[in-house]
Amino acid sequence: MVLVFVDCADGVVKKQSYEVLCYGAALARQQGVAAQALVLGTVADAGTLGGLGNFGVTKVHHLEGNALQHFDAQVFAKTIADAVIGLGASVLVLSHTTTGKALAPRLSVRLGAGLVAGAVALPNTDAGFVVKKAVFSGKAFAHVSINTPIKIVSLNPNAFGISKTDNLAEVETTSPQVAAGRVVVKAVNRITGTVPLAEADLVVSGGRGLKGPENWHLVEDLAKEIGAATACSRAVADAHWRPHHEHVGQTGGAVAPNLYFAIGISGAIQHLAGVNRSKTIVVINKDPEAPFFKAADYGIVGDAFEVMPQVIAAVRKLKAGV
Amino acid sequence: MKILVCVSKTPDTTAKIAFTDGDTKFAEAGVQFIVNPYDEWYALVKALELKEAGLATQVSLITVGLADADPIIRKALAIGGDDSIRVNLDSSDSFSIATQIASVAQQGTYDLVLTGKETIDYNGSSIGGMVAELLDAPYVSLATNLVVDGKMATVTREIEGGEEVAEAALPLVVSCQKGMAEQRIPNMKGIMGARTKPLVVKDPVAVEALTSIYRFELPAAKAGVKLVSADQVEELVRLLHEEAKVI
Repeated sequence: MVLVFVDCADGVVKKQSYEVLCYGAALARQQGVAAQALVLGTVADAGTLGGLGNFGVTKVHHLEGNALQHFDAQVFAKTIADAVIGLGASVLVLSHTTTGKALAPRLSVRLGAGLVAGAVALPNTDAGFVVKKAVFSGKAFAHVSINTPIKIVSLNPNAFGISKTDNLAEVETTSPQVAAGRVVVKAVNRITGTVPLAEADLVVSGGRGLKGPENWHLVEDLAKEIGAATACSRAVADAHWRPHHEHVGQTGGAVAPNLYFAIGISGAIQHLAGVNRSKTIVVINKDPEAPFFKAADYGIVGDAFEVMPQVIAAVRKLKAGV
Repeated sequence: MKILVCVSKTPDTTAKIAFTDGDTKFAEAGVQFIVNPYDEWYALVKALELKEAGLATQVSLITVGLADADPIIRKALAIGGDDSIRVNLDSSDSFSIATQIASVAQQGTYDLVLTGKETIDYNGSSIGGMVAELLDAPYVSLATNLVVDGKMATVTREIEGGEEVAEAALPLVVSCQKGMAEQRIPNMKGIMGARTKPLVVKDPVAVEALTSIYRFELPAAKAGVKLVSADQVEELVRLLHEEAKVI
């Protein structure tokens, strides 16, 4: 059986979890076994659990308890490991996000199970169980063989896609005995009102070519029109034109959206390392020699201050016409 | 408080990525190697800050690798740290590496183990969590701030769409990322001093790898950029809507 860990925040299923469910279901079909889901903690909407069947799992194991109300890697890892053993799962799938990065390594040790962290495709089972993953910050892939009876795969966000059916899953809710964690959360500060960068399908990003924070309306206006998150290059974050959490690149965050729209960013190799898994890259830069054009799908060689108002106007026109 | 900082040897961020031996090995010829930036800029410098603040008595560095990792550990020692350990094992399996680090951490009774958030070559983000599980210690991943007060640590970590502040008792494992500290450039005194700091080479403890690399692959080359003239901006929007179908 393939068991999929469904990550929730405040009782709401995170977007990446739907993708992991689809991946787990496809993997189960490939192996000729069942796909089931594991949800920890209370969910906000009663229909959520059965609805996970829309994404290919036939059964949902829902575990409740005070210690499971807030994420604690040690507590969650122990609970998930017990479920893997108790249910006899042969493959555990989770997302390679902040939660997955905290959980998967602990589970690997606890279960003596080989882990491929950051998978980008279904395993190849011709020669064992070989999973393709991104390495060298997206500049290459490694095909990694898992050599243990239980296998753990964490999937890179936006690497597989989401497909939906009308199927519903059977739900079984239990309340196991779970000891409290040793990391006590004191405060959670969420940045509200914007699309979180890590979850964004579309990203509009600005670089030094925009000359100063006062010109960021060119980034923000387009982002608002198309429902995108905003990002920036390292130089911009270091100059405090934009907050550090917006910095994408080798030392900032890595993103893999459907669209990465780069304005006034030259595309140094360190920046590309954070964005090269984007499906479509658009580059606006006045320097025709900017390295970013080599990594782009579409580009305009031109002054952002002249091009961007026209882009925003054209998008508004397109939206008005559809 | 004793701190163990995990450092890894990685290719320079600008290195050309290529493979040899039927795509089973990274092509090292002509490649410059560096201390993994997350280990150096954030984990190591944070440890040094804690020592400078009088909170840590000892900062030890550990790497798992063969003798070709020695220049990297000396480079890290030039930035700071009291001594270093190299476990003589060549492995690409996170569990094998974590097992060595956990063994050293246990023997040395370290209170705090710091790692970078991931290495820039394997991007597994796994070592810290594995070490914590092996030590049965709490683990805070992707941390952006760390304050130690006696036996308690307050750690800020990134979560999707925000940050979380949490407390945990030492011993503790923390993986560090941007925000934790600022990069330091080693000075001449540090570089000279690093030559004589202890570097102990240890034999690895027995461990069976859970994974192995089957082969590497380079991504398919991009088809090439489709350039739109600066006076045809509407055409770009049309392509994004009709061809790429992203807006």
